Amino acid sequence: MKLSKGILFAGLACIAGTSVAAEQLTIYSYRQAFLIEPILAEFTKETGIKTQVVFAKDGIAERLQREGRLSKADLVLTSDFSKLMELVDKNLVAKVDSPVLESNIPAQLRSEGDDWYALTVRTRSLYSSKERLGKLDIDYEDLAKPEYKGKICTRSGKHPYNISLVASMIAHKGEAETRTWLEGLKANLARVPQGNDRAQVKAVKEGLCDIAIGNSYYFGAMMQDPEQKSWAEAVYINFPNQKNRGTHINVSGMALPKHAPNRDQAVKLMEFLSSDKAQQAYAEVNMEYPVKADVKPSAIVASWGEFKADSLPIGKLAENHAAAVKLLDEVKFDL
Amino acid sequence: MVVGLPKRWSLVGFVIAFLLLTPLLALLTLATLPDGEVFAHLTNTVLPSYIANTAKLMLAVVLLSLLFAVPAAWLVARCDLPGRRFFQWALLLPLAMPGYVVAYIYTDLLDYPGPVQRFVRSLLGATSPADYWFPDIRSLGGAALMLALVLFPYIFLLGRTAFMEQSLSLLQASRIMGASERQSFWRLSLPMARPAIAAGVALVAMETAADFATVSYFAVPTLTTAVYDTWLGYGSLASASKLSVIILLAVFLLIYLERFARRKQELFQRQALTGQIPLLSLGRWRWPAFGFCLLLLLASFILPLGILLDYAIRYFGASWNSEFFQFSWNSFYLSALSAALCVLLALALLYVGRISPRRIDSWPARLASSGYALPGTVLAIGVLGPLTWLDFAINDLADWLGREGPGLIFSGSVAALLFAFCVRFAAIAIGGIENSWRRLSPSLDMAALTMGKGPLSMFFLVHLPLLRTGILAALLLVFIEAMKELPAALLLRPIGFENLATHVFQYVSDERLEQGALAAIVIVLVGLVPLILLNRSLELKAPDSPVSDSPVSDSPVSDSPVSDSPVSVNPMSPKER
Repeated sequence: MKLSKGILFAGLACIAGTSVAAEQLTIYSYRQAFLIEPILAEFTKETGIKTQVVFAKDGIAERLQREGRLSKADLVLTSDFSKLMELVDKNLVAKVDSPVLESNIPAQLRSEGDDWYALTVRTRSLYSSKERLGKLDIDYEDLAKPEYKGKICTRSGKHPYNISLVASMIAHKGEAETRTWLEGLKANLARVPQGNDRAQVKAVKEGLCDIAIGNSYYFGAMMQDPEQKSWAEAVYINFPNQKNRGTHINVSGMALPKHAPNRDQAVKLMEFLSSDKAQQAYAEVNMEYPVKADVKPSAIVASWGEFKADSLPIGKLAENHAAAVKLLDEVKFDL
Repeated sequence: MVVGLPKRWSLVGFVIAFLLLTPLLALLTLATLPDGEVFAHLTNTVLPSYIANTAKLMLAVVLLSLLFAVPAAWLVARCDLPGRRFFQWALLLPLAMPGYVVAYIYTDLLDYPGPVQRFVRSLLGATSPADYWFPDIRSLGGAALMLALVLFPYIFLLGRTAFMEQSLSLLQASRIMGASERQSFWRLSLPMARPAIAAGVALVAMETAADFATVSYFAVPTLTTAVYDTWLGYGSLASASKLSVIILLAVFLLIYLERFARRKQELFQRQALTGQIPLLSLGRWRWPAFGFCLLLLLASFILPLGILLDYAIRYFGASWNSEFFQFSWNSFYLSALSAALCVLLALALLYVGRISPRRIDSWPARLASSGYALPGTVLAIGVLGPLTWLDFAINDLADWLGREGPGLIFSGSVAALLFAFCVRFAAIAIGGIENSWRRLSPSLDMAALTMGKGPLSMFFLVHLPLLRTGILAALLLVFIEAMKELPAALLLRPIGFENLATHVFQYVSDERLEQGALAAIVIVLVGLVPLILLNRSLELKAPDSPVSDSPVSDSPVSDSPVSDSPVSVNPMSPKER
C-alpha cells in the first residue's frame, strides 16, 4: 500500500499544480492555439502580460455557464459568429466600451450593445475541381441543380459554418425556398456529410466529388502545408453570388466573459487584437480578411481576387440561426 | 464471520456507495428539468433515426460478432484445428484494439483514394466513383464491421470456455444414442453453450450502445453522438440527459439479460462433470477452418497493428517528442490514481460486507458497482453536476468565512476525471477482489477473532496478505481501462489537458492518425497485459490442463491465488467507449 500512497501524493501534487494559475490572462478559445500564439507572443512582448490559451472544439459556452463566478476565463475567442451569439444569449459576456475598438472595428462587425467584436472575416467559398469543372461563376442556389448530382462534398450541416450559410439563405429567400434548396443540395451530395472543410477539398482532389464547400482561409492554409498543398492545387476557389447579393461571410471574434478576473488587462488584449500589428498577423498567419479597414490581406489571399461580400447584417444571421438548425434536422441533412 | 460491527462502519459503506451513485442520480434529476422544447424538436425530427441507427448498429454488430466468434470458439475448443492452442489466446487480442483506431485504418485502406479501390479502378478502367460500385466503409454497416472486429472476442471467450467445459459424459451419451457429430453439435453442444454466448452477446451489445468514437468518426448519428451534440451543440443539458436516459434503459436491459443468462450458466456448470473430451477430426475441413481463424486474426489484429507500426516508424520523428511524454505521463498518473482509489474503495466496501452479520451491509458494494453501466458520454454529464455544486458550496463557505475561495478545485481539474473513473471502474475492482475474498474460508476469520484480533488487525494481518494477487490484478485492470477510456476523458478533462486516448482520437478526427500512431500503440500494448493474465488464469482452469477439476466451493486457502485472478470473473470490464 506504500506504493499507492506515493502515487496518491504524486497525483495530488499534479492536481494542485494544474489548478494554481500563474498571474496571466486565461483565454478560452474555439480556435486552435497555434493560430493565435504568434500574435499573443507579440502582446506579451509589448505589455509584459502573459497569456495562456486553452483550446476546446466544443462546449466553451456550456463551461462558462457552469463555472459561473468561479471561472478563470478572461477572454473568449470564437471561430464563428454563432458561438458569439450563444455567449450573448446565455448572458455570459460583459459589455466593453472602448473607443479604440470602436474606431478599429467597423460598426457592422461588432454588436450594437458592445457585447462582442469581430476580429477577422472569411467567406464560405465553393472549391471546384480544376480538372473536371474549372473556375465557376456560380450561386449557392445552383448547388441544388440536378447537373451537380453526386458531385458535392461538405462537412456536417450542423457545423456552425454551414448553419450560418443556411441562416443567410433563410434571411434572403425565406424558409420554404431554403428547405427546397437544402433538399436539392442533400440529393446532390457525393457522400454523407463528414470530416472538416479541408477533408472536402481533399475529396475533390481524390476525385470523389467536384465541388467542396469550405471557408476561404483553409485554401491559404493548405497551400502552406507540405502534405496538403497538392489538395489545394487541385481546386479553384470561387466566390459565389457575385452577380447578385454577394458571397456569404462569417466572422471570428472575441467577447469578454462576465466574470473575467482580470478585466482591465483583458480589454487591453482586445484592443491589441484589433490593432494594425495583430490584424496584419491575422492576415498573414491565418489567411483571413482583416476587419480593420486599412490593413491589407496577405499576398496569397489578395491573389484570389476581389469579391463582393453579402452585406446582410450579422444580426440577421442570429435571428435565423434556430430556424436553420431546425430545417437541417427536418430535411435530415446529415443522415 | 459474525462480528459486533460498529454502526459507523456500515455507514461508511453506504456513504461511499452513495457518492459513487451521485452521477446516476444527478442524471435522472437533470432529465426531468424543462428544456425549452429542444427535446420535442428532436423527437419530431431526428430522434427516431438516432434510435433506429443505434438499434440497427447493435443488431448488426451482434450478428457479425456471432458469425466470427461462435465458429472460432467451437473450432479451438473441440476440433483438431491446426494451431488450436495458438488461436485459443490469439483471438482474444483484438480486445486491446480501440475501435476507432481500427476504423481509421480500414478507412485508409478501403475508402475511395485507398489502395484497394485504386486497384479495383485500375482493373475496371474506372475514373470516378460513378463508374463502379464499391461498399462505402464510412457507413452504418462499416461501423458495425469495425466494432464487431474488436468486440467479437467477448463472445469468443465465453463461448470457448463453455464449449471446453461441456460434460464429457453427456456428449458420449449422445453419441452412444446414435447421434452424429453434427447432430450432437446442434442438439447438445450449441444449446448448452447458449447461456454463455448470450452473456457475450449482451456485452457486445452494451459496448456498441456506448461506443462514441467509432460512430463519430464514421459520421453515423446514434444516441451517443446525439448526447454529445445536444449537450455541446444545442447547449441543452436537460435534453442531453433525456437522451442519456434512453441509452441507460437499453444498457440496464442488457445487463439484466446478461445476469439472467449467466445465472443459468452457473447452474448448468455445477451439475456437469468435466473431463478430457476427444477432439473432433475436421478431415478435409481442417485447412479451410484454419484459414477462417487466421483470416479473422489477420483482419482484427495483425493487419491493424502492422499498419500502426508502419505509421509509427515513418512518423517517429514527428511523434517522439515532449508532448508524447507529457500525454503518456498524464495517462499514467491518472490511471494509476484511479486504480489505487478503486481498489481502496472496493476493499472498504467488501470488508464491511464480509464481516457484518447484517445482509444489508453487502448492499453498498452492489450499489457501487452499477456505475460501470454508464457510457462515458452519459457519465460525464452526471459527474459535472454534483462536482460543480460541491465547488460552489466550498467557495461559498470560504466567502462566508471571509477567505479567498479555492476556485473550481473539483469540476475544473483532473479530480473530475478521477471521480468519473472511480464511478466507472469501481465495479471492476469490486468484482475482482470479491472473487479472491470468497476463496478465503470463513474459518480463517473465526480463528483470527478467536485469537483476540479485532476486525482491523484481522484485515491487515490475515486478509490483506492473502488478497495480494487479487488486489494486484484489480489494480492492473482498472489501470488499463482508465488508459483506454475515451469519451469521459474527452468531456471531463480540464481545458488544455490531453492524455494518450484523447490525443489519438484528436488525430483520428483530424485524419492524421499517422502522427498519433505511437500513442495508439502504447494503448494497445498496455491493453494486451490483462489479456495475457486472463488467458493464463483460464488455461489453469481449462479441463485439458493438468490442474483441472478444482472445486468451485469455498476452496482451501492453500489454493494458489493466481488461479483466481479476477480477470476471469469480470468480463463486464468495459472497453473504450
